[in-house]
Amino acid sequence: MDSPASPRREKPDRPWMMRTYAGHSTAKASNELYRRNLEKGQTGLSVAFDLPTQTGYDAGDELARGEVGKVGVPIAHRGDMEALMAGIPLAEMNTSMTINATAAWLLALYIVAAESEGVEESVLQGTTQNDIIKEFLARGTYAFPPGPSMRLIADMIAYTVEHVPKWNPINICSYHLQEAGATPVQEIAYSMSNAIAVLDAARERVPSEVMAKVFGRISFFVNAGVRFVEEHAKLRAMGILWEQLGRERYGVSDPSLLRLRYGVQVNSLGLTEAQPENNVQRIVLEMLAVTLGRNARARAIQLPAWNEALGLPRPWDQQWSLRIQQVMAYETDLLEYDDIFEGSKVMDGLVAELLDGARAEMAVVAEHGGAVEAVPYMKAALVDSHRERLRAIESGEQVVVGMNRFTETEESPLTADAEGGILVVDPAVEQQQIENIAAWRAERDEQAVRRALDELATVARGDAGETNLMVPTIAAARAGATTGEWAATLRDVFGSYRAPTGVGEASAAVADADLDELRGEVEALIDVLGRRPKILIGKPGLDGHSNGAEQIAVRARDAGMDVVYEGIRLTPAQIAASALQEGVHVVGLSILSGSHRALIPDVVERLRAEGVQAPVIVGGIIPEQDVAELRAAGVAAVYTPKDFDITGIMRDIVRLVAESAGQGAPAPSGAA
Amino acid sequence: MSADGRSLGIRLRERDLAAAPAALNLLESSAPADLQQARLLLDELSPQALGGEPAGHLIGLTGPPGAGKSTLLSALARELRERERTVAILAVDPSSRRSGGSLLGDRARIEHDPADRGLLIRSTAAGQRLGGIAAPTRAAALALAACFDVVIVETVGVGQAETDVADLADTVAVVVQPGSGDALQFIKAGIMEVPDVLVVTKSDLGQVAMKARRDLSAALRSLGASETEVVAVSSLPPAQGVAELLAALERHRARIDVTARRAAGRREAALRSFTLEHGEAALRALGGRRAASARLEAAEDELDERQLVGLLEEQLS
Repeated sequence: MDSPASPRREKPDRPWMMRTYAGHSTAKASNELYRRNLEKGQTGLSVAFDLPTQTGYDAGDELARGEVGKVGVPIAHRGDMEALMAGIPLAEMNTSMTINATAAWLLALYIVAAESEGVEESVLQGTTQNDIIKEFLARGTYAFPPGPSMRLIADMIAYTVEHVPKWNPINICSYHLQEAGATPVQEIAYSMSNAIAVLDAARERVPSEVMAKVFGRISFFVNAGVRFVEEHAKLRAMGILWEQLGRERYGVSDPSLLRLRYGVQVNSLGLTEAQPENNVQRIVLEMLAVTLGRNARARAIQLPAWNEALGLPRPWDQQWSLRIQQVMAYETDLLEYDDIFEGSKVMDGLVAELLDGARAEMAVVAEHGGAVEAVPYMKAALVDSHRERLRAIESGEQVVVGMNRFTETEESPLTADAEGGILVVDPAVEQQQIENIAAWRAERDEQAVRRALDELATVARGDAGETNLMVPTIAAARAGATTGEWAATLRDVFGSYRAPTGVGEASAAVADADLDELRGEVEALIDVLGRRPKILIGKPGLDGHSNGAEQIAVRARDAGMDVVYEGIRLTPAQIAASALQEGVHVVGLSILSGSHRALIPDVVERLRAEGVQAPVIVGGIIPEQDVAELRAAGVAAVYTPKDFDITGIMRDIVRLVAESAGQGAPAPSGAA
Repeated sequence: MSADGRSLGIRLRERDLAAAPAALNLLESSAPADLQQARLLLDELSPQALGGEPAGHLIGLTGPPGAGKSTLLSALARELRERERTVAILAVDPSSRRSGGSLLGDRARIEHDPADRGLLIRSTAAGQRLGGIAAPTRAAALALAACFDVVIVETVGVGQAETDVADLADTVAVVVQPGSGDALQFIKAGIMEVPDVLVVTKSDLGQVAMKARRDLSAALRSLGASETEVVAVSSLPPAQGVAELLAALERHRARIDVTARRAAGRREAALRSFTLEHGEAALRALGGRRAASARLEAAEDELDERQLVGLLEEQLS
């Protein structure tokens, strides 16, 4: 009789690549941070760009105000990229960039920066996120309409497959779908449908014999929530679907090209502001979802920091998360075994269930004509799922320890310092970056830049035959063009675009006694105001995380208000003009990117200058120590992630409007 | 505290665009004091006060969801502003039956420069008039027409909204996308009135759009509606057909007797408002729809909707 095979592998597996999503203030400061992180045992880079860089604006642009250097590093030109990567061996480094609409541009800058170090593009390794469909659905940093955006992606794939063969030109993101409320089934189905749209577009741009190679270079960027058993099943299901897709739709047969390759940032959505130390165990458990089973283990992992719901993490906070990875990889026995779920009835059952659901949902997306055409459908479905999730938390059905249950707490020493335990970016970096760009422009060959941008426009218009957009993009990077100039040139040709908001299609609320009572209060308010209370909801600045604002909009409608939902990327002047024209009784603003100190007081000032007296409420990631400042600037109320009771927020709004009408203040807005 | 209706009316009459938001707040209000002031405001804008109908071109833009109305509206507004015509857009969205609230999302889809005071966008809910246009919105559209060169009322869909917009607008444009045979079927079946201008969007789709345009033109001719122009537009850059659409809208308006059309529209609207408020039974008490219509026909052309409803109500008591 054969002795049973040893459960141990001959040699433990090599650990996954360990990264920290990092970058802030300036290229120089971020470079120092990267080098320190690498010294601490981090094995790859994950570059966080600031929102102006992600959306294609230079510091100094009206929309960039308050955002420069906040959620990431500002990179405006070749010189910035060189400073960012100074002293880092680009031939060996594996660099992941969270960059989408402007991915082609940032890759071009990276290629040109490497070139100046004598490193050829053919050896560069890394990933550009480059997934535009999820930007339309969930993250909001798009720049161009869907058609031209897909063309840029397809061109990048065609270019890298030939010239930068170790580069992953796109990371299909299910990550942000989960943040936007996706159920596991939706996460699988929408990301797979998205991949199909990308691969179909690429098929048009590359010779058929390299299609298998293209398929093999597509990677995924996934999320893992705290329900880690089901989350692990989700990844196994994705692996099965991916392989099937490769074989059946794209004729790939090489097993190494059919493997699902994915990187992870575990869930930030579930991290709480209340008792934030609990986030550490959440992060650990979420990491199990993507490491436990060898057959569906992540290639690269970055963990959020414990304090992300409070503000920007400091280097020490990020180090803690890196150490979590290192303990898991080097202290535990995780990497010594074959897949520990093989043969598990529970795991197989979960996978089968998810596969059934995902296939059905993929069919619905296909009926809409594919992922690009189905963006409005998917967006509305996500808004609905997110609403259901929030309802479950509000009702206590879904337990969040420290937030809706077990809320008694001792004072936390972790948040006791003056800054509240977060990183505060010096507002002076914005002016520095404006001056940096001016100095760069003064030094460069202006005519060469003009010529390069003209050539870019020519190719974009399609007047240069089938020329790949990467070619004039790299030439413009070399000539010294800026991020804002590159994007403006393409915006001129492609036009700008506003994605669907999903809120108009959100279904009506289910019966709810609390909401019924609230509707009564709203009806009573109509008698006071003479018309139905009207609220303007919008997001000033470049922050595209609209999930929260959308939920507030939908709930306000369900409470009986008329809701003007303005969407993302608004200037303070636009918000003030809208509030005036729409005659709203209250204005709700949402910011998660840290630009509230620059933008919110400006909005309030402009509203009052227009004669709009409507109270202003603010929601988002607002550090405790900034609240007083916003209140002093005239903000009536500030809500943060710990305020999960949205119906309660609605009740506050009704009270605010009633008070402001009762004070005999001038009629809500725009009254003569 | 109610706004001063009379002074707002005078400001609108003098084409002070800055008075428009406050005027709209007043006209939408049902508070008794506001109703009184709104009356004073409208008096300043009556045909007697103006020496004729408000001069602005009232355009109704309607069509099924997803046909591309907002994007088209954005392009149309841009074209008009480039020609230095002032534009007011009333974007009407349905109200939720359950909560009475509404989500007004069109504003997010229309590009607007906050410094441009010649473009006003106001989102309004249809209210109880399901899918249609609330009476205050009709009053608002007329008031704005005294002040802006062009007033566009945008509504979703077919049915009540389409009838309401036909009674309000000088020119009704129905927007359809290529490949959707619905509009054609509705027109043939008489569910939908024949529009003044038919717009086929997404003409960047090329062949499909051209074919849709030909089919619609042929169908309209077979119905004897040869005056209805069919225009193909693409709102994607480079936008196409927008100037042609504008020309078609203007040609239509030049063809009609605006005073007569508006007066007839007000009579229709008054009859429906009366029925909505007092019910079919009340209509029967007046001797039926035809008798009520005859009563309205006998009234002067200058009377506004409220005054016309008042005439019918007098007969009730």
